Amino acid sequence: MTRRLLWPLLVLALLLALNVAVNPAFLAVQIKDGHLYGSLVDILRFGAPLILVSLGMTLVIATGGIDLSVGSVVAISGALACLQISQDAGVFTAVAVALALSLALGVWNGFLIAGVGIQPIIATLILMVAGRGLAQLVTDGQIITVNSPSYKLIGGGYLLAVPFSVLLVLAVLAVTAFLTRRLALGMLIESVGGNAEASRLAGIRSRGIVVTVYAFAALCAGIAGLMISSNVSSADGNNAGLWIELDAILAVVIGGTSLAGGRFSLGGTVLGALIIQTLTTTVYSIGVPPETTLLFKALVVAAVCLIQSPAFRAKVFRRRGRPAAEPAPEKKAEVPA
Amino acid sequence: MLVLAGVTAMAMASCGGGGGGGTAAGDDKITMGFSQVGAESGWRTANTKSVQESAKAAGIELKFSDAQQKQENQIKAIRSFIQQRVDVIAFSPVVESGWDTVLKEAKNAKIPVILTDRAVDSPDTSLYKTFLGSDFVEEGRKAGKWLVEEFKDATGTVNIVELQGTTGSAPANDRKAGFAEVIQADPKFKVIASQTGDFTRAKGKEVMEAFLKAHPDIDVLYAHNDDMALGAIEAIEGAGKTPGKDIKIVSVDAVKDGMQALADGKINFIVECSPLLGPQLMDLAKKVVKGEQVPARVVTEETTFTQEQAKQALPSRQY
Repeated sequence: MTRRLLWPLLVLALLLALNVAVNPAFLAVQIKDGHLYGSLVDILRFGAPLILVSLGMTLVIATGGIDLSVGSVVAISGALACLQISQDAGVFTAVAVALALSLALGVWNGFLIAGVGIQPIIATLILMVAGRGLAQLVTDGQIITVNSPSYKLIGGGYLLAVPFSVLLVLAVLAVTAFLTRRLALGMLIESVGGNAEASRLAGIRSRGIVVTVYAFAALCAGIAGLMISSNVSSADGNNAGLWIELDAILAVVIGGTSLAGGRFSLGGTVLGALIIQTLTTTVYSIGVPPETTLLFKALVVAAVCLIQSPAFRAKVFRRRGRPAAEPAPEKKAEVPA
Repeated sequence: MLVLAGVTAMAMASCGGGGGGGTAAGDDKITMGFSQVGAESGWRTANTKSVQESAKAAGIELKFSDAQQKQENQIKAIRSFIQQRVDVIAFSPVVESGWDTVLKEAKNAKIPVILTDRAVDSPDTSLYKTFLGSDFVEEGRKAGKWLVEEFKDATGTVNIVELQGTTGSAPANDRKAGFAEVIQADPKFKVIASQTGDFTRAKGKEVMEAFLKAHPDIDVLYAHNDDMALGAIEAIEGAGKTPGKDIKIVSVDAVKDGMQALADGKINFIVECSPLLGPQLMDLAKKVVKGEQVPARVVTEETTFTQEQAKQALPSRQY
């Protein structure tokens, strides 16, 4: 475990401790109806779509870009899959069509950014706005309810007592980690993020890398969309994945990936997403009134960002006269809070 | 431009009695300009359909405009209705404030205005003739009354969890207030947890999962709309409990999926929040055009559904 994951881990532990203080049985996990049951399982299960979207976002941000359209892709993917199933298409076909379209949307983003040269925030903003309209077009503005046990498995089912969505996330995480950390892809992504032009001159196909990461981000969002709609057996074009892009960016930042690009941490992102989901569950469990929920979340996030900033830590600890905590070896603040 | 000219010509023709836009009856046909919020939900789509169909049935010519949830579109639509000299303007305001100027223009043009579904916060009530829509507080009261009746023989504490609508929205505030007003009369009713589920199934499920773990002894779920109740039902089933039996569920709206769950015994009681206000709107429109007095507040005709009633109503449910 590297040192930079220490602080997010600490925050996660503190949040869990707060829950245990209010409800001592919070950490208990039991077997109910043949599957795991408990608050921790809920955090993983409801956090699964966010972790996926955040993984895609991590690689996008590592190239110095950003993808605002993932929330819309979530909505489109779920809507398309549910529409197909409601028209008696097979689940496999529905999933394949939804993921293929997600991938195509990601390639479109990548084309606008790498091919046409539009700034990432603008290029993906187009799909963010238009995509939600597309999702509403697919669902005809209605909520499509489906009744398919095999589709239900993706986001709401269990395999060997473990939530299927969690297994799916683990698989995607393993593949991503292998591709980026065991093969050279991760280094190529970081070099494009560090300096796209220099990497191109050094012989890296920058454009190809950029298109790849946006396609990957959209694919992750597509899978997340399937999970979200499958979990409630219905597709809601208006609300599915609404603002998930912001949560995903936050998760990436909490995990220590710099928004400036050039480096990334997959483990940090997973931790960041788990912190966000734990925070949400905490709000429900300890009964924070809805009117103050946003303030509560903002305070926790601000605290997370501050505690991760070496500059902030150095200042606070110096004031307390503890020179041991002085060093702050990193050149860059881990989190531009 | 051509279309506008055509429309104006038609409006003039009908004002002149008979001719181009003439009706079978040959008398002055009422023209109504209606500006809808958008098409953001099944409820809203049913609302639009109801207005369009009842206008046809009532022989009223409807100029329909979809604001796509933007106030500026709605103001534009109302101005164009004024220019077209429609006989009456009806609209569902996207937001509560900022309507004074455009409504004054309508008033100066002597075109009566009817608000539907949502209110405006202008202190000058002379700007519109009437407000036709659901009474969200009353909906909350109806849910509360059912609960009091259902548990009248219960001796112990009745633990209630509440799934609120979007924080700060009028239906969420009012449905919470009306419900609280009724149940507070008896101290055995206790709301042990209340969180927002944003009116969506996904959030309803997520919040209910957390409720079920934090509070093992839930007797009743009160959901501010059917969608959240439908999400919560999945959470309850996942926790190995039977929705409708182990945990009684009361919700508001009566959309088709909700009615299906009610008929299946998974929900116990639904308070209707009907989008089908078209017929009432057309009656009001005819009255205000004739210059008759109408009440400043008209509540949509709504009912409540038990499981038995849901089974009967389900086949003919429109939305």
